[in-house]
Amino acid sequence: MTENTADGKALSGNGRSRGYLEEKGFRSWALTLDHKRIGALYLYTTLFFFLLGGIFALLMRIKLMYPGQQIFSDQTYNVLFTLHGSVMIFLFIIPAIPSGMGNFFIPLLIGARDVAFPRINLASYWIFVAGIIVIMGSLLRPMDTGWTFYTPYSAKTAANVTLLSFGIFLIGMSSILTGLNFIVTIHKLRAPGMTWHRLPLFIWGMYATSIIQVVATPVVGITFLLLAMERLFGVGFFDPAKGGDPLLFQHFFWFYSHPVVYVMILPAMGIISEVIPVFSRKPIFGYKAIAYSSLAIAFIGFFVWGHHMFVSGMSKTASIIFSFLTFFVAVPTAVKVFNWIATMYKGSITFESPMLYALTFIFLFTFGGLTGMFLGALATNIHLHDTYFIVAHFHYTMVGGTVVGFLAGLHYWFPKMTGRMLSEKMARWGWLLTFIGFNVTFLVQFYLGYKGMPRRWAEYPPQYQSLNIVSTVGSWIMAGGILIMVSNFIHGFFRGDPAPSNPWKGLTLEWQTASPPPTENFETIPVVTDWPYAYAKRKTTGDG
Amino acid sequence: MAEQSTHTGIEGGGQASGHVSPAVAYESAKLGIWTFLATEVLLFGGLFTAYIVFRLKFPELFHKDYVHLNRLMGAANTVVLITSSLTVALAIAAIRKGKQKLLKLFLSLTILLAGVFLVIKYFEWTEKFAHGLYPGTDIFFSLYFMMTGLHGLHVLGGMLVLGAMLVMAGRGKFSESYHTPVEISGLYWHFVDLVWIYLFPLFYLIG
Amino acid sequence: MEKGHGAGYGVYVAVFAALLVLTVATVAVSYIDLGLWNVAAALIIASVKASLVALFFMHLKQEGRLVWAFAVVPVLFLVLIIAGTLSDTMFR
Repeated sequence: MTENTADGKALSGNGRSRGYLEEKGFRSWALTLDHKRIGALYLYTTLFFFLLGGIFALLMRIKLMYPGQQIFSDQTYNVLFTLHGSVMIFLFIIPAIPSGMGNFFIPLLIGARDVAFPRINLASYWIFVAGIIVIMGSLLRPMDTGWTFYTPYSAKTAANVTLLSFGIFLIGMSSILTGLNFIVTIHKLRAPGMTWHRLPLFIWGMYATSIIQVVATPVVGITFLLLAMERLFGVGFFDPAKGGDPLLFQHFFWFYSHPVVYVMILPAMGIISEVIPVFSRKPIFGYKAIAYSSLAIAFIGFFVWGHHMFVSGMSKTASIIFSFLTFFVAVPTAVKVFNWIATMYKGSITFESPMLYALTFIFLFTFGGLTGMFLGALATNIHLHDTYFIVAHFHYTMVGGTVVGFLAGLHYWFPKMTGRMLSEKMARWGWLLTFIGFNVTFLVQFYLGYKGMPRRWAEYPPQYQSLNIVSTVGSWIMAGGILIMVSNFIHGFFRGDPAPSNPWKGLTLEWQTASPPPTENFETIPVVTDWPYAYAKRKTTGDG
Repeated sequence: MAEQSTHTGIEGGGQASGHVSPAVAYESAKLGIWTFLATEVLLFGGLFTAYIVFRLKFPELFHKDYVHLNRLMGAANTVVLITSSLTVALAIAAIRKGKQKLLKLFLSLTILLAGVFLVIKYFEWTEKFAHGLYPGTDIFFSLYFMMTGLHGLHVLGGMLVLGAMLVMAGRGKFSESYHTPVEISGLYWHFVDLVWIYLFPLFYLIG
Repeated sequence: MEKGHGAGYGVYVAVFAALLVLTVATVAVSYIDLGLWNVAAALIIASVKASLVALFFMHLKQEGRLVWAFAVVPVLFLVLIIAGTLSDTMFR
């Protein structure tokens, strides 16, 4: 596919070039304009918050083992589930793949030297950090509203919602700037010969994601701004006593927060679309269908936000419309699943850790997505809303989907980013425990919710206890798996075997340059003459 | 998905350097600012949505309250902003012909007019406060102060950006062949004008 | 480069004059009581003014399909959030 293959910078053994990692010193990282370093900074930051959010979850689950016992107060529990949700969503899952892997790999995959606006890229990271600091500041009076911050409680609670609102506004700004950068980069900086239909599917996924970020995030920005104004000046848009409407907050909030779940999943799906062909040694089946399904998911995703509000007091008219439209978003998603499976059919499949995670994604995300059917239907939603069924649904899609996709990407691209190989054995143990732990934790929660256990309650009737204990034990198994995985990353970074430039024999452009890549990405920009999934046509040249 | 512009990243002949040509840099910057303006449409859009929701809910309130707004001051501000859009457009037309002095003159006029806008706004707001009308008084005034306030912040931001352009122009950074930052700033400024073009009738004219 | 179309200052001054006229018109109409038509008139005039600013001052008239898409699509999403919210608030 490329006329210029990578030169021999990928040496095996020691004394090798560290590429973009070469230059040392705080300033070379803090003021970097290199998209790979900025991506790495995002990855480190978001991984930290993944672990922090996970600790909050473990604490929650400990309390949930024993109803009636005060291991810690109910108020603390409220703070914990708010923090768990907010940290995981705003500080981990939204930025991790887009700002982390997107930054690192979009220019590499399209054959560019950097993104369109490198300084805005750097600014977006520091705005992200500023948002984190402001959010941390709000912890002096920590929020207890749930991550959805519904009014009127969020407008009246003593917690430091105002400061938090500004923090989230800054996080949103960072997200917007990243999306803006990627849109222009993908339009304008593709290598010679890389037409739209020769783009890797991760790029299509990121392009659709960026459109959502740019269109939806400003709405949540104004939402939090208005919440802050409500608290500071008594503005009253959401206050019934002043003629305001609490549901207006929910409309604005969900206009962003529903599409944002597609910001979470589309990049992960993009990763799966990259991994499956490589480890099946087969061209992706239905390239255009998968590419355009990303755009379709982004588009349809904007029309369904009211399905979070069926029991809120919203009009019947709106409820019927939103429920009807919600079913459509499953269609392009299913298109992807069928095409991935068709790709594997008669392929030459191997089960290295990236592929293990990719297969796990298909299984868990499909399962979680199907449970969404019950939630989109008005009649069943009434029984299931605000129960553990919802909690299980979004953990299957967000963890079983996005996090698993993220981990697939980490395992797939670790050699490229660090120049070292992970231990496959440790990776498999980490995967196994995470997979088992995840399912033990969350599968029982579907049943708990169906049987009526409400979410966000610190206490519950005793008939739910045995399954809650099972769920908590599951969380420990999962934590064990993640611990093994993180140890693998740390060990691999410092002691892993040197990685060749193309350990998986992939055809996308990032594998045609050294591991880790030089600062300028490619010695010469490749000229692209074929799509990146031409496995049947030619043997790949990679150095083993 | 064919692109209209001829200046894409795909350059014939296989440019191996990967450096972005001036043409591509210009087109990228333009796409970038239009993308940013898209986010601003949605940012203000939330407030416009709230306006519509509450106007439909409380038509009498809007009818009663809007008389407190000074139609002539609002109209004056509209004229001020429209004129400032003219001057910034003329600034860009000037530098496209390489006319440095005219560039600086028109940029200065734009900034001056932006300042006038804010001064008039200041008098309007203080007059409201003097009559005991604040954000939080009722929904109409909450909307009025929120929307004109957010808009005013954008005017201020625009002044800073155009000020930076003026400084750069003073240092001779722009020419007939390169003046991308000025064009980008101009596009942002026109958007600020666009928002006011809708704010003015919605608050001042249609009680 | 595609910037050579900025032939002169005349177009901008003409558009400016039109905008002034429209501003006077919209203020004048607001003094006449036309009921709901006041709202329609104000919004129509505002949209004409906005179009003039976008087409001429912002050079949309000379831009290609891509820039047009970036300019128009956000407005469509704005219509969406308004419609979706009103489908609730207007039918309670």
